[in-house]
Amino acid sequence: MANMLANIFGSSPVRPLEKHIGIAYRCAKQLQPFFSAAISGDWDKALEARDKIETLEHEADDLKKKIRLQLPKSLFMPVPREDLLELLLVQDKIANRTKDVSGLVVGRNLEVPSQIAEQFLEFVGRNVDAAKQARKSVRELDELFTAGFRGAEVALVEGLIEELDQIETDTDEKQAALRAALFEIEKDLNPIDAMFMYKVIELTGEIADMAERVGRRLELLLSH
Amino acid sequence: MEAQYIYIGLAAAFGLFMAWGIGANDVANAMATSVGSKALTIKQAIFVAAIFEFAGAVLAGGEVTSTIRKGIVDTSLLVGSEELLIYGMLAALLAAGTWLLIASRNGWPVSTTHSIVGAIVGFAAVGIGVDAVQWGKVGTIVMSWVASPLTAGFIAYLIYMSVQRLILHQEDPLAKAKRYVPIYIFFAAFTITLVTILKGLKHVGLHLSIQESYFLATAIALAIAVVGAFFIARIKADPKSEKKDHFYTVERVFAVLMVITACGMAFAHGSNDVANAIGPLAAVIGVATTGSIAAKSALPVWVLVIGGVGIVIGLATFGRHVIATVGKKITQLTPSRGFAAELAAATTIVIASGTGMPISTTHTLVGAVLGVGLARGIDAIDLRVVARILVSWVVTIPAGAFLAIIFFFIFRLVLP
Repeated sequence: MANMLANIFGSSPVRPLEKHIGIAYRCAKQLQPFFSAAISGDWDKALEARDKIETLEHEADDLKKKIRLQLPKSLFMPVPREDLLELLLVQDKIANRTKDVSGLVVGRNLEVPSQIAEQFLEFVGRNVDAAKQARKSVRELDELFTAGFRGAEVALVEGLIEELDQIETDTDEKQAALRAALFEIEKDLNPIDAMFMYKVIELTGEIADMAERVGRRLELLLSH
Repeated sequence: MEAQYIYIGLAAAFGLFMAWGIGANDVANAMATSVGSKALTIKQAIFVAAIFEFAGAVLAGGEVTSTIRKGIVDTSLLVGSEELLIYGMLAALLAAGTWLLIASRNGWPVSTTHSIVGAIVGFAAVGIGVDAVQWGKVGTIVMSWVASPLTAGFIAYLIYMSVQRLILHQEDPLAKAKRYVPIYIFFAAFTITLVTILKGLKHVGLHLSIQESYFLATAIALAIAVVGAFFIARIKADPKSEKKDHFYTVERVFAVLMVITACGMAFAHGSNDVANAIGPLAAVIGVATTGSIAAKSALPVWVLVIGGVGIVIGLATFGRHVIATVGKKITQLTPSRGFAAELAAATTIVIASGTGMPISTTHTLVGAVLGVGLARGIDAIDLRVVARILVSWVVTIPAGAFLAIIFFFIFRLVLP
C-alpha cells in the first residue's frame, strides 16, 4: 500500500551521522592501547588493537557509503546536502588516519624511541581527546535539527566547537615539542626509522586536524 | 417496486466497502503520527480514532455528504429518468473503489476524494450529458484541492515557527513548553470545537446563536486545556534520557498536545471523508425511496452512522496494521512537529467540511508537513514523492471518470 504521508519522508541522515562519528572515535581510541603495546614491545597485543582499528575503519566506511546512498539530490533538508556530505567525509578521515598511522607502525615494526615514548603517548591521547570532542559536537546534530539551527542550542554547539579548537591547538603545540625532542635524539637512531617516526607524528597529528575540520563543517551548518 | 431494494442494497454494500477502505487505509494518516511519536499506543490510537472518526462523521459530515450527493450533478435534468442517477452513483462508488484498489496494488498515492469526485463528474458528463455537471461547483471543488494543502502548509509553517520562537530556541525549553503548550491545547480544542458547533450541529437538531457557540467552544476548550495542563504538570524531567537528547522531556510535553490534535485530526477526517462513501449512497437512497429527485428528502442520520461504522470496521480490521507500519516510517514527525502539522491540517479540513468542500485529507496533511519542513522542522523530505503525489493528483480524476463511465453503461444494461 502506498502511503503518501509515510513516503514523503526521506531517511533522516541525523542518527546515522551521529553513529558514524561514534565509530570513527572508537577507531581513533584504539591508538592508545596500540601504541602502549607497541612501545612495551608486546606486538601480539598491538596487532590485536590494529585488527580492531581495521574492523572499525571498515565499519565507518560501510556506514559512509550507506549514508551517501540514502541522501539523493531530491531530498529537501534544512541544511544543504553538500555540507552534510562534507561533514561525513571529514568524520571518515579520522578513522582513515588512524588506520594509516597504525599500518605504518605495524608494517615496519617501528619502535618509538624510549626517550620520547611518554611524551608521544600523551600526544596520542590528546588527539584521541580531539576525536572525542568532535563526537560530542556531532552528537548535538539531532538537537540542532529539532531547534531548526537557531537559538540556545546553537550557542551550546558553538561552545563545544570552541573547546575542540582549544584541544587541537594543544595537539599542535605538543606536536612541535615532540618533533623538537625527536630532533635532539635523531642522530642516535636508525636514519630510516627516524624519518618514519616523523611521519608517524605527522599522521597522528592529522587526527586532531580532521576532528577540528569536523568542527568547521558543523559551524558551517550553524551559519545557515 | 422490487428494484429499489436491489439499488439500496447494492449502494449500501458499495458504500460500506468504501467506508471500510477509508478506515483501513486513510485513517492511518491521522493516527500514525501519534503512534510513531509514542504519544499513543496502537490500542489507544484505535480507540481514539474509532470514537472521533465516528463523531466527526455523524456530527460534522453532513455538509460534504450533501455536496457529493447533489452538488455535482444537476439533478433537475433527470426528472423522468431518475434511475440514471442511481446507475451513475452506483457506478461512481464502484469506479472509485476499483481505482483505489488498482492504485494501492501498484503503490500509487491516490486520494479517495479525488477518485469519487472524478467518477461522479465522469458518469454525469458522458452518461447523462455535459450540461448535467454543475461545472461551477466542480470548479470550486478543484480550487479547494489546490487551496487546502496550501492553507494547511501556511498554517503549519506559522504554528511551527511560533513553537521554535517560544520554546525550542529558548535557554530552558522545558519550562517554556510547560507554560505554552496548554495555550496551544486551548487553541487546538477551540478551533475544532467552534467550527463543528457553527457548521455541524444543525442537522443533529441543535441550534445555537453565534454568542452561545463561541461561549460553548471557549468553555469546552478551557476544560480540555485544564486537563492537559494537569497531565503536563505531572511530567518530570528524566536526566538519563535528557543527556542523550536535550529535548526528550520537551517532546513528552508536546506528546500531551498531540493526543488532542490526533483527536481533532480523526474528527476532521471523519467529517470530510465519510462523505466519499455515503454521499452516493445517500443519493441512491433518496431517489429509490421517494421515486423522484425533486422531493427534498433530508439526509437520514442513519446513513451517516453506516459510514461511521464502516470506517470503524476498516480501522479495526486492517487499520491497526497500517497505523503501525506508517507510524514506524514517520518518526521524524516528533510531537513538536507532528502537532503543528496535525493542528494545521485538522483546522483546514474541519473548515472545508463546514463549507461542504470535499477535500483530500491526506493531501492536506502532506501540505501541512511540507509547511513544517519549510520552517526547517523536518530532517529530510523526499521531493520525488511530492512530485509523484502531484502527478497522481492529475491522473486520478480522468481515471475515476473513465471507470465510472464504463460501469455506468454496464449498470444501465444489466440493472432493471
